[in-house]
Amino acid sequence: MLRFIVRRLVQLVPILLGLSVLLFAWLRALPGGPAQAALGERATPEDIARYNEVFGLDQPVLVQYGKFVGRALQLDFGTSSRTGRAVTTEFLERFPGTVELTIFAMVFAIGVGIPLGYLAARKHGSWIDSTSVIGSLLGVAIPVFFLAYLLRLAFAVELGWLPGSGRQDVRIDATHISNFYVLDGLLTREWDAAWDALQHLVLPGIALGTIPLAIIVRITRASVLEVVNEDYVRTANAKGLAAKTVRQRHIIRNALLPVSTTIGLQTGLLLSGAVLTETVFAFGGVGSALADAIANRDYALLQGFILILAIVYVVANLLVDISYGLLDPRVRVR
Amino acid sequence: MTASLGNRRERIDALAARAGQVPDDGGGVSLTRSAFRRLRRDPVAILGAVIVVLFLLVAVFAPWLAPRDPLEQALLSEVRQGFIPGAREGFPLGVDQLGRDELSRLIYGSRQSLMIGVISTVLGAAAGMALGVLAGAFGGWVDTVVMRFVDIILSIPGLLMAISISVLLGQNQYALMIAIAVTQVPVFARLLRGSMLAQRDSDYAVAAKALGVKPSRIVLGHVLPNSLSPVIVQATLSLATAIIEAAALSYLGLGDPNIGRPEWGAMLSNAQAVLSFRPQLAIYPALCIIVVALGFTLLGESLREALDPKFRR
Repeated sequence: MLRFIVRRLVQLVPILLGLSVLLFAWLRALPGGPAQAALGERATPEDIARYNEVFGLDQPVLVQYGKFVGRALQLDFGTSSRTGRAVTTEFLERFPGTVELTIFAMVFAIGVGIPLGYLAARKHGSWIDSTSVIGSLLGVAIPVFFLAYLLRLAFAVELGWLPGSGRQDVRIDATHISNFYVLDGLLTREWDAAWDALQHLVLPGIALGTIPLAIIVRITRASVLEVVNEDYVRTANAKGLAAKTVRQRHIIRNALLPVSTTIGLQTGLLLSGAVLTETVFAFGGVGSALADAIANRDYALLQGFILILAIVYVVANLLVDISYGLLDPRVRVR
Repeated sequence: MTASLGNRRERIDALAARAGQVPDDGGGVSLTRSAFRRLRRDPVAILGAVIVVLFLLVAVFAPWLAPRDPLEQALLSEVRQGFIPGAREGFPLGVDQLGRDELSRLIYGSRQSLMIGVISTVLGAAAGMALGVLAGAFGGWVDTVVMRFVDIILSIPGLLMAISISVLLGQNQYALMIAIAVTQVPVFARLLRGSMLAQRDSDYAVAAKALGVKPSRIVLGHVLPNSLSPVIVQATLSLATAIIEAAALSYLGLGDPNIGRPEWGAMLSNAQAVLSFRPQLAIYPALCIIVVALGFTLLGESLREALDPKFRR
């Protein structure tokens, strides 16, 4: 198992290097170059010259790249040209919100998706089955931001059941220690603050969770259908095991293996979806910051956020691979 | 459906590997023909095909189908703060926030949206296939280098990749297409590589080699054509993703700034401002996107099943 993990870690190195080269090249290929990117569009030529000198942009490219990697290793991704604050600070402040949203979306997608997929497979050919198949096809076909708008319009604007923007009601005077608002509320025992933050997660979380939900339903259904026809299930049934035991020990356990990887691999989709969903709900996480950065041509922030998110994504995939190795011994051999 | 291996990479590879399997009961009918025969009996495939063909026809014949000029601000004088005229005689779906006929814009929009989808998928598939052929045909270190490169592209979540590229290339429809195309490259590269690897040791490839056929001819004339079916399936599915992704980029302000070309994604994002009093302006283009995406998905999924030797009966 240790060798498997080490091998996976070694495979990470070229990917991370490639990523850094790509993003380094990206910032330099931008119109105006990195100085313009960091100083904004109103920078004068003197400002740019000074910046180039200070940050060593007049030096050879390889030296520049070395410095870029060096700074990145110290988690220094420059300053946002819009707010003037360090990109890392901005990220750390906003990332907890996105994590909370992602967790909510995933809990929703798994909690609804697995039972629904299982039910669809067991009632193969029934109306439950066809409805969930059609639903899962639709779920992937709807543009996420449109769905987010519909949810917001219906449940926040028209019905007023749930809050439609932000992470917490501004009237609530909550103490923030970790920037995970729900967690903060629980830790400080400010129950209504936690409850309010949780309510703010519902609509964006459902919007964000729809695509993973659709995929989980499909994979669970396909995987249960396959397992049900396996020899060992027939054997288990033939030797007279109780239906419940067969279901729990033989069907669900084996069917969930492929589902578990899919779940992990949804992170990329969620990060992409978060940009759109958070913008609709003005959520104030990493996603809305990215959308703001695009609108304001805040390149330093874009570069830093994309690099950090790509690393998060790569590491998440690594963890999935490792957990899959733990769950299924066959994977380790390959 | 064994598309359940979970891990995206493995799923692609498994799909590719399966294309190399020899069907157990061929019965003298070619794989393509038997696939086509099954497609014609499959209601899902027919539904998907009908949707796709219908929209393609609308796009091709837009100038004849559209009742009005999509740019003419016919009812601009009646548009006021908080009010946009709805359906009426001569304007079956009403007008948009600038007084232009909504139906005509939707009809013309199909051209732009489908074109973005098709061109970006063709570009992405072509680039991905070139990489895949390179890796699959040469193997060894070429394979390693190409696949590491593909892994790097794959390590940036799709939309973020597309955002970076459109920011870099500026705002125009070509930038949009290239941005979406790049996100499609890894899938096609992996798919074709896997499927070629599966074909390389097949009996006919070995036979051709024994007969002294040049390696380049074996690859291009024998292995490649036989590895294409998973690529066709993926291309059909990618068309749906490309159209949705184009809408997302439009929404983020990275779409085509040319207002002379109506496009569903742009129409949908522009309509957000008037959603509270005229939601139809968002719903119509959204419905178009959903139905087209659904059409391509249905077609792609049934193609996948039809071409899969496992499902061959």
